[in-house]
Amino acid sequence: MRQLIKQREIVIDDWRYADEDPTGRERALILPFARWKEERERWWLWDGRLGVRLGPTDPVSALEHDFLRVGLVAIEFSGMAEGRGYSQAQMLRKRYKFTGELRAVGKIQRDQLFYLARCGFDAFELPEGADLQVALTAFNDFSVAYQPAIDVGVAPLRRAS
Amino acid sequence: MYQYDQIDQRLVDERVAQFRDQTRRFLAGQLAEDDFRSLRLRNGLYIQRHAPMLRISVPYGLLSTRQLRMLARIARDFDKGYGHFTTRQNIQFNWPTLESVPDILELLASVQMHAIQTSGNCVRNVTADHLAGVAPDELEDPRPWCEYVRQWATLHPEFSYLPRKFKIAITGSLQDRAASKVHDIGLHLVRNAQGEVGFEVLVGGGLGRTPMIGHVIREFLPKQDLLSYLEAILRVYNLEGRRDNIHKARIKILVKAVGPEKFREMVEAEWLASRDTAPQYDPAEFARIKAFFTPPAYESLRDEDLLSGRPTEFRNWYQRNTKRHKVEGYRAVFVSLKSPSRPPGDITHAELDRVAELADQYSFGLVRSTHDQNLLFADVRQRDLFEVWKALKEIDLAPANIGTLTDMICCPGLDFCALANATSIPIAKQINERFDDLDYLYDLGDIELKMSGCMNACGHHHVGHIGILGVDKGGEEWYQITIGGSASGPDAALGQVIGPSVPHREVAETIDRILDVYVSEREEGERFIDTVRRIGIKPFKARVYAPAHQAA
Repeated sequence: MRQLIKQREIVIDDWRYADEDPTGRERALILPFARWKEERERWWLWDGRLGVRLGPTDPVSALEHDFLRVGLVAIEFSGMAEGRGYSQAQMLRKRYKFTGELRAVGKIQRDQLFYLARCGFDAFELPEGADLQVALTAFNDFSVAYQPAIDVGVAPLRRAS
Repeated sequence: MYQYDQIDQRLVDERVAQFRDQTRRFLAGQLAEDDFRSLRLRNGLYIQRHAPMLRISVPYGLLSTRQLRMLARIARDFDKGYGHFTTRQNIQFNWPTLESVPDILELLASVQMHAIQTSGNCVRNVTADHLAGVAPDELEDPRPWCEYVRQWATLHPEFSYLPRKFKIAITGSLQDRAASKVHDIGLHLVRNAQGEVGFEVLVGGGLGRTPMIGHVIREFLPKQDLLSYLEAILRVYNLEGRRDNIHKARIKILVKAVGPEKFREMVEAEWLASRDTAPQYDPAEFARIKAFFTPPAYESLRDEDLLSGRPTEFRNWYQRNTKRHKVEGYRAVFVSLKSPSRPPGDITHAELDRVAELADQYSFGLVRSTHDQNLLFADVRQRDLFEVWKALKEIDLAPANIGTLTDMICCPGLDFCALANATSIPIAKQINERFDDLDYLYDLGDIELKMSGCMNACGHHHVGHIGILGVDKGGEEWYQITIGGSASGPDAALGQVIGPSVPHREVAETIDRILDVYVSEREEGERFIDTVRRIGIKPFKARVYAPAHQAA
């Protein structure tokens, strides 16, 4: 059972990635972006919950008309230096008003969580073996911030409006 | 000067606690070397040749004497007794231990300082004209805007993991003294046809391996749109900038690849889509910041004749090391860190303490660091100048060489830096020894000499009137020389290589030959850079590399 941090709690993941469903019985599936674009019509009519997984170069604008159907967006981080996901998340939340689960997945670590949360991520799938209890403390690193940001579960004091 | 309120203070304190915990986890083996690297870099901590190097942020070069004394204490207690001022107005220490860095940061926080974002792939210290607020040619003081941008950029959630580092400079006068055209973003306060003041926005300047002069992408940006426009530029860069090759990751490469016009369109489109949800200008908040930069309580004084009956040495110092002030009866005074006896930009703890005393006594308790690695007392009464000169002279901070050949910019080079290919401090020494005749230096007039120990160009060699670049040739130090570069003013330009590189021992000799060409070719009153522009590099090339044609 995969665990992740969601809304600042450790929970069991009730979603599966498409390649984790050999039997076809899962009812909450996350598709790679390319597959979603190719098979969009078919999946639209499918009777489960749908998520889409974006790589760093996948344009979030391509999902603009999909949010009635897509309830989760997972954004990949290939390492700490990968920073495009922060902008992708910010655009999903602010420009496209996406309100579903926004999940950071890949090589993310504790010390990034504060920034990620401030960009609108509310779910964090850390690499296997990461200590999620320790990771949870990251949300308390700062009680203040200069920028207005999308704070899901993090609401620091700020001065600028 | 800006003073922290509870929010600013709490943020910096929490940053110290965060870094203390990161360091603890690293030392306990709970944080991998690579992961810690990325985190420590965000706090200005490099691992260098001999020891860690800690770079401390000096926002737009402004320091209180309380802060200077703290820097002196850190130099004394945690370093070998000195610090080094950089071309981005920061100060760095070369000898702290890794374990002591959290304690140093805590001391800094107690005087409203930090090392946040002085390295790493994020928005770095926002720099400004060192004569901001006192220059007679200034349209508006850029420092409130620097502070406004500093706060916005600090721990910015979206732009803390950019493809590469990101440098912003802001100036308020046409005579660009902040090298803003070789920054990722240069902002110039300008007046439009309607008489409103806003920003001219340049993007894509930079030095390093691929030097470029920035392009104007917006001729006039209303002030209230500054943050939303900066966000649009940064977002385009964050999403489109290259991440596959560290040497092609700066925004200048993106601007060049798509072309400045196309880049402008991308930014404008992003701005249109995002400006309504971007941070909004808050006049009350800006007014709060601006109130910290009101001019000090100047006395009502007259300009005075200071030179009659004074020694030549003082008169030279007055001419070279002090600058006109917008308020009558005052001068801005350079504290030269370019004495032949010190590596350019270096200052000892005792000197820092003494500079603080003098600033308290003579310049409203404030000191500035300049992008060419000197310090500045911005507001000195003319009647105090002689005393200030005597006091600075006692501690070797009054060599009357500001703006001359020996007021050179110089990176730490191979003596300290893990990236360097060649030394630069010994070259500075060689040049100082050869050009020790002040009368000759004054005759040569304004010359900007800039030197880097490798192509990363921390010493800005591309934009030196004379630039020196250290290169490694089969394990030996060689130096490539350029002429005709300029960082300042409306005509910033990149220098051209005059020919094959020269060995270590021949650098000063080569500079001497270049200057001989200038002296024989110049017209009445013509500066070195203007002669180079007029006659081109050919005459230099011909005479520097053909010993038979050397000037006598």
